[in-house]
Amino acid sequence: MALNLALAAVLAALASAGVSLFAQRRIAVLKYLAFPFLLLSGLCAAVAGGMILGDGDVQSAQLPFGLPWLPWQVRLDVLSGLFLLIIGIVTFAVGLFGPGYVSEYEHGGHPLVQLGVFTGLFVAGMQLVVLANDAFMFMIAWELMSLSSYFLVVFHHEQAANRRAGFLYLLMAHVGGLAILLGYGVLATFGDGFSFDAMRAALLSPLWASVAFSLAFFGFGMKAGLVPLHAWLPEAHPVAPSHISALMSGVMLKVAIYGFVRMTLDLIGDVQWGWGVAVLLIGSISALLGILYAMQQNDLKRLLAYSSIENVGVIFLGLGMALVFIGTGHQGLGAIALVAGLFHAFNHALFKSLLFLGAGNVIQRTHEQNIERMGGLLTRLPYTGVFFLIGSMSIASLPPFNGFASEWLTFQAALQAGALDNGVLRILIPFTAAMLALTGALSVACFVKAYGVAFLGQPRSRRARHARATAWGMRGAQGLLALLCLLAGVLPNVMVNLLSTIPKLLTGTGLQSATVHGWLWLTPVSSTVASYSAPLVLLGILVAWGLAWQLLHPRGARAVRRGAIWDCGFGPLNARMQYTGTSFSMPLRRIFSPVWRIEEKVDRQSEAEGLRVSRLAHQMQVHDHSWAALYEPIGRFVLLAARRIALLQQGNIRVYIAYSFFTLLVLLWLIS
Amino acid sequence: MTIAQYSLSEQAVLILAALVLFTSFALLAQQRMLASIHVFAWQGVLVAASTAMIAGVYDKHHLYFSALLTMGLKAMLMPWMLRRLVERLGIAHQVETVVRPALVLLGAAALVVFSYYVALPIEKLSSLSTRNTIAISMAVVLIGMLMMVARRQAVSQVVGFMSMENGLFFAAVVSTHGMPMVVELGIAFDVLVAAVLFGVFFFQIRDSIESLDVDRLNRLSENSEITGVRE
Amino acid sequence: MADLLTLNGWLLALLQAALFVAGAPLLTIWVKRNKCRLQNRRAPSLLQPYRDLAKLFRKQVVLAENASPLFRCAPYIVFAATVLAAATIPLLSTNLPTAAIADMIVLVGFLAVGRFFLALAGMDIGTAFGGMGASREVSLSSLAEPAMLMVIFTLAMSAQSTNLSSVVQYLYDAGLVLRPSLLFALLGLLLVAVAESGRIPVDNPATHLELTMVHEAMILEYSGRHLALMEWAAQLKLMIFGVLIVNIFFPWGIATELSASALFIGLLAVTVKLSLIGVVLAFAETSLAKMRVFLVPQFLNLAFLLALLGALSHIILEVDI
Repeated sequence: MALNLALAAVLAALASAGVSLFAQRRIAVLKYLAFPFLLLSGLCAAVAGGMILGDGDVQSAQLPFGLPWLPWQVRLDVLSGLFLLIIGIVTFAVGLFGPGYVSEYEHGGHPLVQLGVFTGLFVAGMQLVVLANDAFMFMIAWELMSLSSYFLVVFHHEQAANRRAGFLYLLMAHVGGLAILLGYGVLATFGDGFSFDAMRAALLSPLWASVAFSLAFFGFGMKAGLVPLHAWLPEAHPVAPSHISALMSGVMLKVAIYGFVRMTLDLIGDVQWGWGVAVLLIGSISALLGILYAMQQNDLKRLLAYSSIENVGVIFLGLGMALVFIGTGHQGLGAIALVAGLFHAFNHALFKSLLFLGAGNVIQRTHEQNIERMGGLLTRLPYTGVFFLIGSMSIASLPPFNGFASEWLTFQAALQAGALDNGVLRILIPFTAAMLALTGALSVACFVKAYGVAFLGQPRSRRARHARATAWGMRGAQGLLALLCLLAGVLPNVMVNLLSTIPKLLTGTGLQSATVHGWLWLTPVSSTVASYSAPLVLLGILVAWGLAWQLLHPRGARAVRRGAIWDCGFGPLNARMQYTGTSFSMPLRRIFSPVWRIEEKVDRQSEAEGLRVSRLAHQMQVHDHSWAALYEPIGRFVLLAARRIALLQQGNIRVYIAYSFFTLLVLLWLIS
Repeated sequence: MTIAQYSLSEQAVLILAALVLFTSFALLAQQRMLASIHVFAWQGVLVAASTAMIAGVYDKHHLYFSALLTMGLKAMLMPWMLRRLVERLGIAHQVETVVRPALVLLGAAALVVFSYYVALPIEKLSSLSTRNTIAISMAVVLIGMLMMVARRQAVSQVVGFMSMENGLFFAAVVSTHGMPMVVELGIAFDVLVAAVLFGVFFFQIRDSIESLDVDRLNRLSENSEITGVRE
Repeated sequence: MADLLTLNGWLLALLQAALFVAGAPLLTIWVKRNKCRLQNRRAPSLLQPYRDLAKLFRKQVVLAENASPLFRCAPYIVFAATVLAAATIPLLSTNLPTAAIADMIVLVGFLAVGRFFLALAGMDIGTAFGGMGASREVSLSSLAEPAMLMVIFTLAMSAQSTNLSSVVQYLYDAGLVLRPSLLFALLGLLLVAVAESGRIPVDNPATHLELTMVHEAMILEYSGRHLALMEWAAQLKLMIFGVLIVNIFFPWGIATELSASALFIGLLAVTVKLSLIGVVLAFAETSLAKMRVFLVPQFLNLAFLLALLGALSHIILEVDI
């Protein structure tokens, strides 16, 4: 039943792609046919995922396509169920958001067919990836997802920067895809077949298992945007239309995480704790660098893209801890860490899509991407303002929202490191937890900046001042995601309960005591070690707020008087005197200065012997180190190698004939 | 066996050991010449105090003498000599800039973890209550060495060297409850002589290159032009 | 878990929270009085902060023209979050049901919620001061928070619990044990406390000089009851850190059972301990000068280093293999 529903979701997504073929002249096709199909697809996927998570069973089937000796196999278990749920929820929200959002493309000759067709294919590809039960179908779905999202990244192809971002994305997606393919190759060699069931049964030597793991970590890590393989992510995600950015950041990164978990914990099986250490370290570095880079961005969508790197790092931190625990034989603790990581993946899908949809809404209304040209939007777009605030609080992991719940669970898992035998691991894990704490605190700083500069203060540009309300569908999509953020934060037990079936499937041990005390208490290890009751926390906040309001708020007209802003007696303040985003992040830029490559140029003209500054221009660009340190050397090496090889190309026809001749000789010698 | 089962004086030894480690970190982070000499003196005091505590706990009388020797030599005489030296060299209030101090401190923390990793198998062989401090003393040695790597000022390098010696002495005390007296005396005088020699060297170095920045010593090498270009 | 939520427990939790909220201005004025005496000034009466609060509550609120609804909600949220943080800390007794609802990590989360809205409120009007204060606040606290969590991890690893009540109970039951980790944790937490509650040498609660202020810059536009709530929340924050320090590291005298006499002794003990720490704070603030803002990161790095050394020395020295 659930599997049929999941396949129906795929069909609906394909139908959405199909009807979009007729959208070139009539945007209404897109608005009233393609997006409703997406809505339907999201609904089916979410219900199917939820059903399978609730039952905890495994359903599989064979599709009537594929190679003669390898029919496509699909399978739905709790792990794919969770990711299907994620895909479903976000697709549903995007289906709701889309009609209002695309109406801005009504005029101006945008390639609407492209947008609709590839959105549908993209969603179908992601759904098929999590449904696939053999490497062949997995790779086809994976490529479908990568290729169709490439066409969405270059949607605004009239700008050269976007084409470059698209190319980079395509290149890195394929390098990653190659690594994944090789990983499956290793497994298929030992497992005698491309189906996942055969791979699961394969017996790998520790060395080959490590090789397969490294390939999977590289390939899926590249798609997920782990540092230092992240360079494509902040280029590609922001340039796509915003609802696509939501799908890419919210869902596609999760699909990569699905692939990683599926391959490491399910297909390879025998986990070595050394892998966990690698994942843990890379994860914590990604988390820290991601948020530090995000902090310095002024382009709202770029900021969100960098913060995706941070959150992927946090997820991998949880997964790395799970690998360490499972690899050292502590299955129960590993289950906590795994659930923490997967819960964060779920939460990140919710709040990052919410934030990207909010950003899309703001950008549509103001036609500005730079937060330095927004400002004062909370009073102009009140719904978006409130929903974006909820998203910011969730991503900054503040109680009682969902980001906090999963981060709390990650901390609890980290604190159980005392159970490990290895002394260095006992130190390393709390230390990475401290890095996680630093990341959390920095993300508060980052989102205070983003929200404060974009939504509060005075409008910083004419367009921001005239921003007006948006379509209902767009508000509804954000409201839905915001509500889910709150619900997942206040009732984490529901989600944790569902998720605990995943470690049970993968390692045989679920969470023993997380929810034994009912829906009110979350007690991952035992009730004496740690407990958290999010519903009571929410109740406490509401009671304390209500009491303060009730007791202190005076009744009557005299409650508030409006007056001018205090300007120190110097005359009216204008919007340009506000603190800007760049100045807001300056203290952290100074504290962590080695992290970035900062190009700062101050052009100062002064009169009266330098006492009076008449003109001051300030230019600053903050780059991340990965380009100069990693990619450019590789690029140079490739160019150098190409130049060497180019020596073969003489241009003389007799030389080419000689090549063929010698090749022929060698071949003849080989077969003799 | 956890810490609560030890006697109070054994716990005090552990506290002192932890403080010795802390002074190592302080030495690494301290950028003022005089202040780092003071920190070094405090490290000597702490090492002497923990030696005396161990002597009391395990009833090893010869350790009292070692403690006294450490106190006199490491906590008083050498800091006094170093202090007189920097005053005569006129660099007492000089501030030495460390490149990326936070990174160096993180490196030192990593060294602590590393020495714990290395010392774990050794600790398993021992049954003394002070065996856990072997890792600490090893870390003190390594951090002293790190200090010599990270600093350019010759005097700070000597302070780093001395604090390495503190770590070695501390390791001997906590792992085997002291070396034979002859060895101990020998080392003590070696270090003393080293300190005197260093003093002479400082003046020599300064006379020849007009600075105590050891990076400038590169100039003395044959291919000084090349290094000069690199700078 | 349900047995935790007894009527007595809830009554005690309410009583403690009320005491916390009511007593917070007392600690602030106590520090101020001691500072006055040390600096040969005449000290204000112990009731002065209450008079100030009462007066502010009676005054009309003047809002800037462009203040958004967030600006009006923020004082209530900041106050509520701080009160909730206070409610999870054992003040008189270790049998605190609220400590099970929200453990130490959630406590840090509550403080972060307060800071988040405080900083946003600072940016709402769009003056340079507010933005500057918000920027400094979030930058400095993003260094202080990991140090505080590292201290918490050290405690949690010793007591094998993140529940603050259990931690205090564990340390109380253990009696006098000299733990290197606790020494470092205490030093680290002291530095964090100074930074987070905005005292000298990190911030000066008495200044309105634009180059130096952090907390005051954010609440510059507030007046009337909003200002009162913000001030009260700041006083509560000082009290929170004071109680954390005295009751975790010196838990002597805290009530471990629910009887009137034990609670009374607990009240007496915590009063004495807090007044002592108030004297120490006054001494420290009188003898130290305010730091440059860009030296504060070094100060907080030291706090993090101390907390890290605490965790390291716990693992290396205190646990046997």
